[in-house]
Amino acid sequence: MKPPPRIFSGILAVFALSFVVLAVVPALQLGGLQPFVDEDAGDIYPIDVSGVQAQGRAVYVSQGCVACHTEQVRGASDGADLDRGWGVRRTVARDYIYERPVLLGYMRLGPDLANIGSRKDPDDPDKYTPAWHYLHLYNPHLTSPGSIMPSYKFLFEDRKIAGQPDPDALDLPGDLAPAPGHQIVPTTEARDLVAYLTSLDHSHPLKEAGPNIQPPKTTGTGGAAK
Amino acid sequence: MPESLTAPATTVGAPDLTAAEVEWIDRALIDESVRTPVMFFFTTAQTWLLAATVIGFICSIKLHWPTFLGDWSFLTYGRLWPAFTNIFVYGWALPAGIGTSIWITARLTRVVLRAPWIPIISGIFWNIGVTVGVIAVLAGNMQPYQLLEFPRQASVLLFIAYALIGVWGVIMFHNRRPGHIYISLWYLVGAFFWFPWLYASANLMVGSPHLHGVVNNAVAAWYAQGLLGYFFASVGLGTIYYLIPKVIGKPIHSYNLALLGFWSFEIFWGLTGMVRFTGGPFPVWYSSLSIAALILLLIPVGTVGVNILMTMRDDTHMVYHSPAIRFTMYGTVAWLVGMVITILGSVREMAPYTEFTNFQIGSFQLLVYAFFTMVMFGAMYYIVPRLVGCEWLSASFIRLHFWGAGYGIGFMILLLIISGLVQGSCWNAPADFKHPTEVLDEIMPYLIGRSLAWIPLIIAHFLFFIHFIAMLLRLGQPSGEPTLFAPIPEGEHKP
Repeated sequence: MKPPPRIFSGILAVFALSFVVLAVVPALQLGGLQPFVDEDAGDIYPIDVSGVQAQGRAVYVSQGCVACHTEQVRGASDGADLDRGWGVRRTVARDYIYERPVLLGYMRLGPDLANIGSRKDPDDPDKYTPAWHYLHLYNPHLTSPGSIMPSYKFLFEDRKIAGQPDPDALDLPGDLAPAPGHQIVPTTEARDLVAYLTSLDHSHPLKEAGPNIQPPKTTGTGGAAK
Repeated sequence: MPESLTAPATTVGAPDLTAAEVEWIDRALIDESVRTPVMFFFTTAQTWLLAATVIGFICSIKLHWPTFLGDWSFLTYGRLWPAFTNIFVYGWALPAGIGTSIWITARLTRVVLRAPWIPIISGIFWNIGVTVGVIAVLAGNMQPYQLLEFPRQASVLLFIAYALIGVWGVIMFHNRRPGHIYISLWYLVGAFFWFPWLYASANLMVGSPHLHGVVNNAVAAWYAQGLLGYFFASVGLGTIYYLIPKVIGKPIHSYNLALLGFWSFEIFWGLTGMVRFTGGPFPVWYSSLSIAALILLLIPVGTVGVNILMTMRDDTHMVYHSPAIRFTMYGTVAWLVGMVITILGSVREMAPYTEFTNFQIGSFQLLVYAFFTMVMFGAMYYIVPRLVGCEWLSASFIRLHFWGAGYGIGFMILLLIISGLVQGSCWNAPADFKHPTEVLDEIMPYLIGRSLAWIPLIIAHFLFFIHFIAMLLRLGQPSGEPTLFAPIPEGEHKP
């Protein structure tokens, strides 16, 4: 047996350094974060969600929404995310402690969605409501002309109206409307996904994120599409 | 197994043979022993490259024609895009690198491979793993972390496959004939060690119930960045350091510079993962540390660049003759440019404009395609004739392949980098570009241009595939004179 040459110890050391600094240290520093608790006010944030919202998160993952949407708001010194109205403060590690998996994302072909659940458009109160989301998912051009988001028609089904129409049935214009006596209704997957989207809200104040800003008036619509 | 691998290759060295003849037989025996595994990895890699080409082109079209193939969930952009990146990386790039590493390692350790079934089994596992992973991604069973999308079933297969290769590589290295350890071996042995380790730790950690919140993203970023450095840069630079001196017949300019370049690159690169989250939900020092490490990478970029360019300085005309050199030099320049662009795009002042934009895809493709893939093409042009016993059929095919791949990817990267800066600037100007569709309008011409840039790439990849299949069927030119773009003048070194 030849003694192991220097190269092996070097290779080992290089990898160990990288692993400790970029994997072990974050795990130790951020892995044990607890929610913010204000016992006097009975205030706990974030809250572990389950049920439809967790299932909706799984739909978001399975449809690959991260390929175009992030869920993280950068602070004022790292871009104009706040000016754009994507949030009232930057997002921090504590926001995500119960998220599984975490959908920070890596690409913005579409807007950030970290606060899509609490976003409002003063000019258009119907925007970002569940009905708006259903329409947007079914055919993005109905709500956002010029969008390159794909249609998620396959998350909806054409069903015969039996008795009362479904309250979530889509209100489709002109030639997109279903045959008489039929309705286009979201599948369970679409319902879960919209429940998840409308629950997205990272605006609860957190000390480490600095004070919340007032949402800028001029860009109240800055979130999603036209 | 060590016994069988240590057997010297020179047992045929009968006394009436000259040293040069012994050397030649020696090489032939080594090549013969690695032929099946190397060609297996190359063939599967080529096949996946075609799949990646088709899927990547569809992805590109979908960005300016969103209803194209839009009625099926398994063809939705959110699934096709990770399928494309994973097929390109795990189907094409890694196996191409593994095949090249096996061959160069065998040549440099001068060990005849006596157990070719180990890398072949590994190759079979690997390709089953990629297939399972891609089907899972298209079915929507994936993780939302870049390059870790494959579900557990697939990543276990990939890990077993690479661990076999890694163990095999280290055994080869251990049984090497005594003497100097050439710089390429440092890089390749590093890659044999690092990748399985990196892949296993990332897959065990990310998505496990013990890892909470954004720690998953930190580890995933560490992995994706590590893959670029510990595998792609290591195998790519190791191959460049082997091919260039071999083809031009001169030693590398400075061995000490090469070692400095190796260690400084591997140490600093390993700390750069958090540049992917500048301004993200992490303590600020994470990204500051990674940016500092990235700036220090100018040291290896400078040393490796100087070393390779100085080695080539009297032989630059070889890019007109030798396909291996032309592709390899394209890759070398792309690596230098890619590193500088990555560094410039990551400094704190630039990050708001480059993060989450096409700029990132552009710099990724600079490193994984313009650098790594071009070097692998060059390596295949050099290695395959030595394994199949005939020369490439047509210099025109090689020339077309080079122009298609070189110009195609160059044009695409340019569009991605510029459109990324446009995209970042628009997102950061909410007063002027209020609605997301207004941002899209600004980058739309680039997105259409990117689909056009795919056309030369598609031609190049299919042409190369046909050319490669002809070699597999032994339809090439008779052995002896390598297929060159132009004859080398008398008196020059011949590859």
